[in-house]
Amino acid sequence: MSGRVLVGVKRVIDYAVKIRVKPDNSGIVTDGVKHSMNPFCEIAIEEAVKLKEKKLIKEVVAVSCGPQQSQETIRTALAMGADRGIHVEVTGKDYEALGPLQVSKIMAALAKKEDAQLIILGKQAIDDDCNQTGQMTAALLDWPQGTFASEVALEGDKVKVVREIDGGLETIKINTPAVVTADLRLNTPRYATLPNIMKAKKKKIANMKPADLGVDLTSRLEVLRVDEPPQRQAGVKVETGGGPGGQTEGGRDDIEASGARRGAQNYADGTL
Amino acid sequence: MLGWSEGGQRRGDVSLTYHRLNIPSTTRLVRVKGHLVSDMANPLRGEVIRLYKNLLYLGREYPQGSAYFRERLKSAFMKNKDVTDPEKIKKLVARGDFVIKELEALYFLRKYRAMKKRYYEPEK
Repeated sequence: MSGRVLVGVKRVIDYAVKIRVKPDNSGIVTDGVKHSMNPFCEIAIEEAVKLKEKKLIKEVVAVSCGPQQSQETIRTALAMGADRGIHVEVTGKDYEALGPLQVSKIMAALAKKEDAQLIILGKQAIDDDCNQTGQMTAALLDWPQGTFASEVALEGDKVKVVREIDGGLETIKINTPAVVTADLRLNTPRYATLPNIMKAKKKKIANMKPADLGVDLTSRLEVLRVDEPPQRQAGVKVETGGGPGGQTEGGRDDIEASGARRGAQNYADGTL
Repeated sequence: MLGWSEGGQRRGDVSLTYHRLNIPSTTRLVRVKGHLVSDMANPLRGEVIRLYKNLLYLGREYPQGSAYFRERLKSAFMKNKDVTDPEKIKKLVARGDFVIKELEALYFLRKYRAMKKRYYEPEK
């Protein structure tokens, strides 16, 4: 086994930023907006680095697909402990159309090229919430997958993954090479402090284009329109429990409705 | 003030500085803002500067804004600028390191709670 782990990291708009839809409803405003690494990708990197610290794997390679600025995200990954980075340059219209299908093709090609033993990805990105890249990558490579991992243990040439599923936890054992996607409770990502960032400057980031990997970036999807979620309505009184008036977590029937409204509220004002 | 040379010197004149300052040639001299300064005066200078830079970097993500953070960071450091006792300085630096850990924990919790709220069912 090569002992090499590929970790995909995505540059997304920072989780704490208030999202604004462009006036022409063609997309969201990204110019001048703070970007950072997708939180689930941070968890993926942390897991890979932990495996290396336990000496269960030899090398952590951070991969990001996107424009020049994606290199900042790779630098953060290097500061967290990755050994080297690969920046697959995708710009302009190609970048706008970049989705799980294209990224999974790139990851699959890289996995073969780098002889990876394990691919760890975040379970989903907080901007598109697709939750598809890991699954597609595994399918393209015909590798087993352990998704929504809240625990990962390498046991010889197999991986034991505890998965968070509806209604509880599922433990599976899969052969390597495999794809694992990280869920929230997998670990606590370390902060990329300034001294670590400085040390990481010595680490290498390789540059390549999707064409170098023989990947076709054509998208099968076309974004027609982007809208803000409906404005939050005034508080809902529910049958049971909760405080006086306002948004409450009351009876079971209303949990889904208030959950959707809460989600819209979170999205609309971008706050906790 | 111990260790300040007269005006800015050219790089080749370090040996002259030892002679002029009448200090043993084994004393470490560092260049600070163009002046050669004896490192004996404040050996913890590097530590303090490192701490300041690290805190400043962390402050970029402060919830109430990096400008707000930088103001308070600067006044906190300026308040202690006349401290010379190395033991006291070490204690203050340790406190600063503790603040770094607290900030990291704050940032993690904030992010974790946001993700939990957005992606998971509320617990019963």
